Amino acid sequence: MADTSKNAFVTWLTRNPIWGFIVLIFAFFSFSNEYFFDLQNFQNILVQTSTIGLIALGMTLVMINGNIDLSVGAVVALAASLAVDLQSWGVFAAWGNWAILPAVAAALASGIVLGALNGFIVWKTGVDAFIVTLGAMIGVRGLVFIYTREESFFAMNFAYSDFGASSVGPLPTLAVLFLLFTVATHLLLSRTVHGRNTYAVGGNRDAAVNAGIRVGPHMMINFMIVGFFAALAGVTLSSQMGAATPNLGRDYELWVITATVLGGTKLTGGAGNIIGTFGGVLAIGILRNGMNLMQVPAFYVLVILGMILIAVLFLDKQLNRRGKQELKT
Amino acid sequence: MMAPVPALRLEGIVKTFPGVRALDGVSFEVLPGEVHALLGENGAGKSTLMKTLAGMHQPNEGRIYIEEKQVEMRTPLEAKAKGVVLIHQELSLVEEMSAAENIYLGELPRKSFGRVDWKTLFAKAGEILTRLNCKFGPQTRVGDLSIANKQMVEIARALTVNAKAVIFDEPTASLTDAEKVVLFEIIRDLKARGVGIVYISHRMEEIFTISDRISVLRDGTYRGTLITSDTNEDEVTQLMIGRSLDLSRNEEHVEFGGVALEVRALSCGSLYRDISFHVRSGEVVGFYGLVGAGRTEIAETLFGLRTPSSGTVLLEGKEVRLSSPVDAIANGISLVPESRKEQGLVLGMNCRDNITLPQVDDLTAGPFVSDGAELAIFEQYRDRLEIKTPSWRQAVKNLSGGNQQKIVIGKWLAMRPNVLIVDEPTRGIDVGSKAEIHNLIRELARSGYAVIVISSEMPEVLHVSDRVIAMYSGEIIREFTAAEVNEDNLVQAISGIRAEKVA
Repeated sequence: MADTSKNAFVTWLTRNPIWGFIVLIFAFFSFSNEYFFDLQNFQNILVQTSTIGLIALGMTLVMINGNIDLSVGAVVALAASLAVDLQSWGVFAAWGNWAILPAVAAALASGIVLGALNGFIVWKTGVDAFIVTLGAMIGVRGLVFIYTREESFFAMNFAYSDFGASSVGPLPTLAVLFLLFTVATHLLLSRTVHGRNTYAVGGNRDAAVNAGIRVGPHMMINFMIVGFFAALAGVTLSSQMGAATPNLGRDYELWVITATVLGGTKLTGGAGNIIGTFGGVLAIGILRNGMNLMQVPAFYVLVILGMILIAVLFLDKQLNRRGKQELKT
Repeated sequence: MMAPVPALRLEGIVKTFPGVRALDGVSFEVLPGEVHALLGENGAGKSTLMKTLAGMHQPNEGRIYIEEKQVEMRTPLEAKAKGVVLIHQELSLVEEMSAAENIYLGELPRKSFGRVDWKTLFAKAGEILTRLNCKFGPQTRVGDLSIANKQMVEIARALTVNAKAVIFDEPTASLTDAEKVVLFEIIRDLKARGVGIVYISHRMEEIFTISDRISVLRDGTYRGTLITSDTNEDEVTQLMIGRSLDLSRNEEHVEFGGVALEVRALSCGSLYRDISFHVRSGEVVGFYGLVGAGRTEIAETLFGLRTPSSGTVLLEGKEVRLSSPVDAIANGISLVPESRKEQGLVLGMNCRDNITLPQVDDLTAGPFVSDGAELAIFEQYRDRLEIKTPSWRQAVKNLSGGNQQKIVIGKWLAMRPNVLIVDEPTRGIDVGSKAEIHNLIRELARSGYAVIVISSEMPEVLHVSDRVIAMYSGEIIREFTAAEVNEDNLVQAISGIRAEKVA
């Protein structure tokens, strides 16, 4: 009840504490490091975070839906390998730069198909998404090793790696791509029927069924979306490196889930939003970049990130529990 | 009255939460060997008072005495050690553990090196269960027990200490009538041992059966204590809400329309058999029976959640196949489910979105959901049902039970169904909202809906129905018109007493 009298901004910040945190660390690094506050560096942060960020967009949908996808890291490796390998196949020899197109299309399709498979199994068997995608994570990684024979692929066509380094006007293409998809996913989640039903299914599955919502297809679509984003991340990553290695994307599922959870999405489903996830992604990006510039050794960075994850969620719980206390009357 | 020392006494308890004064100077006492009922509408402060008694909340002001010694209870464990035990409404048991482990949870008997002393544990737990006349052993996994037996485990937990006061919070909410009888026996037994009992319930008849005195709370303040044998339901209700609840028999005479829904020889495995009935538009048909009689299952079948093993369903004379809620909704059938929190609402979602949930696909402008169209529907049903919420943005979990139920009903009215099925329309709802919901159901019938009401509360069934169907153990025993039904023949019918069997 007291909330209505408080101004809207404070309420918003209580619900999305990650943005307050971002302002804090942004100010901290700006004052403590001369290289941090720099347009070039900001572009770096966006490009560096775009890989995790793209997948986190899809993960937000899947998690709000009450599921989780642990197989995204393996899909990154599969899509990257497909994209780099296929463009050098003999059949496309005469295609010139156009050979990139079917390769990328196949890579993206692989993500969507694997996502559909995950979603279909979760839907039809009722096995927990954690288990299904854990299996997929192990299995798909195995497929990548079989397919690549444990070797790395290198992009022979420099047009492919040029794309990863290109710019649209003043902004790096990959950053633009990430921002565009962020807006698109935000609209999908907040404004469309599918988005609404995603919240409903994650918030109360029985109530959703009783409201005539077809729960299964919505879950499957969200798995396909996260699969697509994981594959897209594989393509952008391999284009940045001009290569694909079978170990690509290891631990990405953990970083993606970290970013999504930092952004306020609940593991239990029903709550979360893209603006929060974007904040979570940025927070990790700024912390890594800032500590890197301050020459904090890499392993210490991990220790600090781990502690921050717990601290932010503890803060979130404190901020939002007060509202709950009122309800107990 | 002055002679015995109260087992538990509260004096001037004040408890505030940010923005709310939940308890405002409440005093209350329970004597040894007394059942003291605590009544009040939802939000009157019963839960807060109870949690204060059990050490879950700390009062801002006021004093608590156990046997006239002032005490402080900072945790539930401390309260329990001092002899005050709370039996929760939502059972808090570990399903995967044995009954014995649950009974001594947190206080398992130990041997050296922290090992559990299983022998002592099972012996002690077994003794308590025997005392309660339980038919299961201490090693039974709690997950395998019925709800009533789980409650026994909760009660057994209270008996591990030398309890001076035991608080029951809505203990019969999920019990069958037979199980209720057993519970009351146990309460009387506790009473005979000199334990003070605080009994919280919405159900007036139970309170009059079991209690010695009744105290009423309203809006966080103490409204008075009545001696049960000297009062009646009317007086208590007036104290609770400031006016009385009309539960007179339905004597409205309405012209019914054509048959909206007809069910012929519907069966579903062992759940129900050979069910035939019809509902005309403008008519309220009440289904009355014990928990487990198959009423909810029939509703679920009509809503496409269960597949019947045989039989047919006709809507306006045409046979339909209802294999999912999607089919049912498309055919104009809506179901307000038994438990609104589990099956009816997305609690974290706002009021508007909950109301438009089943039809949001039809409210689009281009690729996006149209805010305006949604808001229009929300406002229409907020006004029609008088839903009290500060704004459409309010999450439904913050509304009172009555308003939540109105949201669920509004959601289905917005779909303009022909047949509306309402399962337990007023479960867990305070008296004031009950009356509103009853009026609403009558009004819906007058405006031409065919309504099926399933209820376990006899006065409610008699109050709203034009016809009553009595069920027992999966079968329709008898059908009554409003004119011929009364409490006696209805009770006989749902207890499985059939004329031919009596003879």
